[in-house]
Amino acid sequence: MQQLFYFIKKFRYSLLFILLEILALYFTIQHHSYHTSRFINSANFVTGGIYSKVNSINEFFLLKDENKLLIEENIRLKNQLSKQNSNSSNNYFIVSDTSKYFQQYEYTSAKVINNNFTKRNNFLTINKGSNQGIDRDLGIINSAGIIGVVKNISSNFSTVLSILNENSRINIRLKNSNHYGTLVWNGKDYKTLQITDIPRQAIINIGDSIITGGKSAIFPEGINVGVIKDFKFENNQYNEINVSLFNDMSSIGYVQVIKNLKKKEQKELEEKSSNE
Amino acid sequence: MNNLILSNSLRFIGLVLLQVLILNHINLFGYLNPMVYIVWIFLFPLKKNRSLFLILSFLFGLSVDMFSDSGGINAAATLFIAFIRISVLKTILRKSDFDYLLFNIRSLSIDKIFLYIATLTIIHHFIVFSLEYFSFNAFITILKNTIFTSIFTIILSILGIVLFTKKK
Repeated sequence: MQQLFYFIKKFRYSLLFILLEILALYFTIQHHSYHTSRFINSANFVTGGIYSKVNSINEFFLLKDENKLLIEENIRLKNQLSKQNSNSSNNYFIVSDTSKYFQQYEYTSAKVINNNFTKRNNFLTINKGSNQGIDRDLGIINSAGIIGVVKNISSNFSTVLSILNENSRINIRLKNSNHYGTLVWNGKDYKTLQITDIPRQAIINIGDSIITGGKSAIFPEGINVGVIKDFKFENNQYNEINVSLFNDMSSIGYVQVIKNLKKKEQKELEEKSSNE
Repeated sequence: MNNLILSNSLRFIGLVLLQVLILNHINLFGYLNPMVYIVWIFLFPLKKNRSLFLILSFLFGLSVDMFSDSGGINAAATLFIAFIRISVLKTILRKSDFDYLLFNIRSLSIDKIFLYIATLTIIHHFIVFSLEYFSFNAFITILKNTIFTSIFTIILSILGIVLFTKKK
């Protein structure tokens, strides 16, 4: 017994070091797994508060870019509206009622108060949380394309798993055909992402548009992602399909959070069918 | 004594904020972000309680992690260099030069300061990038990131120490 005490006393710094190091590695590994990281993230009162204070200063310098994006989006929406007006006379159309019965997606605006894009695993912090109706696993987009999926929430802030992350898997498809694939990132360039799992029957050309697939119940179908930059076709299958993003991940201001109101219904139905 | 506690606490908060609000967003050449916050480890007095130092450096790394959403990567690396700091110093300075009680980094010659900072910085950065990429396939990327970021960090750390600490 005495020897044990002697041992502990002699190596107490090393033991403390090993203990704390294990704790740190535990946090690291826990952070890598998708659903369990709860303690160490920037969606808490202190970090979120500091980020939003600093961001309100930075915001002032980004007003010009933000305005440009809004004008572009306005023009696009107006063009769509004018197309619809000319068609509506001879086609039937559905009135999108405010009641939630018809509505599938609900959009909320939020502001990015912290953005990373140079690391291997990147996260963003936005200034809305559970008090504003944000929940886990909601999609985040802006007018140019997709950004990520909500990971952790606190009462007034949330962290977003960026598409520039090892754990990010987004279902996408080619705009001109119905072949689906998965959007991943190899960590090299924040402007270029990769597509895997695309069937070899799909015909791909450089410059083809990529949109979200709508299979995942997070993103609605048809949100812009990017265009195909280059690819290799080897051994009768696609290797290394690179996509250049429409979105500039290095400067993101305001974003929209997408809530799928029928997600629960869809998930339950899918689970029921797969269990049978 | 109180002065020492106050200056170290202020340095703690100041360096965390400097790191997460400014240095994490520099992105030199697109990807280089210096991790100057570890200067806190270099400057912490040696005569202080060692277990307190280990716990504080763990919390120090963890607060950087909390801001940058990186799990416990910075905590692990910062704790490691805090643990090996004395051994590194003992190797760099010969026993005769080593004054345990009155250690002041500015009393060393510039080449020894450089060696001390460079060793700890490279080890720290290597751990950070290894844990971040966490795969053998990315070994080249890890080395590349470690070397370039270390150069950046070492330059900024030495400049900061020379400019902002008093010579005894």
